[in-house]
Amino acid sequence: MTTASSVSAPETPTPQPGRLRRFAAWLHLHKRVQRNLLLGGPLTWMVVAYFGSLFILLLGAFWDRDPFTGQVQPFAWSLDAFESLITNPVYLTIAVRTITIAAAVTVTDAILAVPIAYYMARIATPRVRQLMVVAVLMPLWAAYLVKVYAWRTILQGNGFLEWALGPFGVDAPGLGQILNAWVVLSYLWLPYMILPIFAGLERIPNSLHEASADLGARAGITFRRVTLPLVFPALVAGSIFTFSLTLGDYITPDLVADAKFVGNVIYDNSSLGNLPLAAAYSLLPIVVMIGYLLVARRLGAFDSL
Amino acid sequence: MTEPRWVRIGLAVASGGVLVFLYLPLVILAIYAFNPSRLQAWPPTGLTLHWFAEAAANPGLRAAIVNSLIAGAGATGVALVLGTAAALAVQRFTFFGRETISFLFVLPIALPGVVTGIALRTTFQTLDVDFGLATIIVGHATFCIVIAYNNVIARLRRLPRTPEEASADLGADTWTTFRRITLPAMGTALLSGGLLAFALSFDEIIVTNFTAGPGTQTIPMWILAAIQRPAEVPVVNVVAFVLILLSAIPVYLAQRIAGGATGGGRY
Repeated sequence: MTTASSVSAPETPTPQPGRLRRFAAWLHLHKRVQRNLLLGGPLTWMVVAYFGSLFILLLGAFWDRDPFTGQVQPFAWSLDAFESLITNPVYLTIAVRTITIAAAVTVTDAILAVPIAYYMARIATPRVRQLMVVAVLMPLWAAYLVKVYAWRTILQGNGFLEWALGPFGVDAPGLGQILNAWVVLSYLWLPYMILPIFAGLERIPNSLHEASADLGARAGITFRRVTLPLVFPALVAGSIFTFSLTLGDYITPDLVADAKFVGNVIYDNSSLGNLPLAAAYSLLPIVVMIGYLLVARRLGAFDSL
Repeated sequence: MTEPRWVRIGLAVASGGVLVFLYLPLVILAIYAFNPSRLQAWPPTGLTLHWFAEAAANPGLRAAIVNSLIAGAGATGVALVLGTAAALAVQRFTFFGRETISFLFVLPIALPGVVTGIALRTTFQTLDVDFGLATIIVGHATFCIVIAYNNVIARLRRLPRTPEEASADLGADTWTTFRRITLPAMGTALLSGGLLAFALSFDEIIVTNFTAGPGTQTIPMWILAAIQRPAEVPVVNVVAFVLILLSAIPVYLAQRIAGGATGGGRY
């Protein structure tokens, strides 16, 4: 398709078929060629632009730097970047902090998402359900930076939180708290958790709930023994986004918590020209996420994506 | 309905609480857009439309809008062509590794954006590519493809094959059948996939920061810089207000045109 699309074909079959037409007729009989033409573009793009870049990133982690100027020397090999990552304990602290917050955000979002998703899927009338889907989608599509900025204005001095807590004699914590990162990141990725869980709950046939009730299970037991195991893969699918998006964020931690995450180290070092260190440290989120995806696949999450 | 009454009421209250949590920050920020004060303090001191005029006249903001529109159009174009081709290949042909293709396209959104960003930046630097709009488009296209792919393949799965077979039986070749039968049937899927891809590109900052040159600013990059300059705060508020309103467009599209085809969220 990609090769033929640049030339326009005549509207009706002509007695003397042109070259393009003959090619199209030939294509019709050669399904393998058709398939290869279709796959060629997207696969080349993915392999060259994406996997090629990841490969160069992997190489970049082992590149040397000039000891005097700090200039990166591509294809001159060294383990210096890994040495600084291991010897300086700050990188371990940042890794632990980032993964802890990512896990906390994921758990928080799961706890917040299950009740509303359950209400949408099983209790709301079709009309209310439709409205609630729209209500969850709107904040998801609102610009990322607008949402972070909104929280910054809420949390900062003289902001909404200080005003709301003032009458109770409670001081607002202000910006620069690590807990801010937890709250704001949970806020940002919550819709990504609600929607897959909602879709997963909707797929459970009502007869299963009725059967469970007929067999004498009360609501709590039905939820724990029937609903939760069936919706769990969808929850894991949602958690891929909440976990991965937190793991890679470097703007929110900086803007609301004044804290360094793994992404900040990567971004700062790449801006400062220490590419090998940035590349070496970026292997951490890659390895963590590949491990997460492998576990998620075993738990059946990919069917719910 | 098998849930007892107290469960239903409890869930309704919890759902209401979550919705308030989701909307409160957006509402607060929207109100600030009309705040006459230059200081971002709550409560606002009054109501004004003054900052809207100021925002419209801001040259840096205008340049950023143009850049974002070009980058979005470029990334959407690449994503639609490649995503449609991949969807057609996966849906209409059998081949070794077919199951892996979907996984392959999900990878750029499953791995953190900072990884895509640093990988592309390293590659561009190594190959001595000049940073600018072209490099931004490449970065955005890597994760926009999956949206086009998901939308088109969802449509192809539901399309009956009989019109295509009839077309072939009547003597049309592959290209004519595609142009006259398949493409029109995919029309709205391409439209919704394209607009959702555009919206995603318009909002991207994590990867863009790595792939933009020093001279090129997109809307999110402009916002990020302006947030940290107190003098620009009122103009940022106006931009934020407009962007919150604009987020209704992709939501409307996802609901109406795609009919919720893209199951979970944004992709």
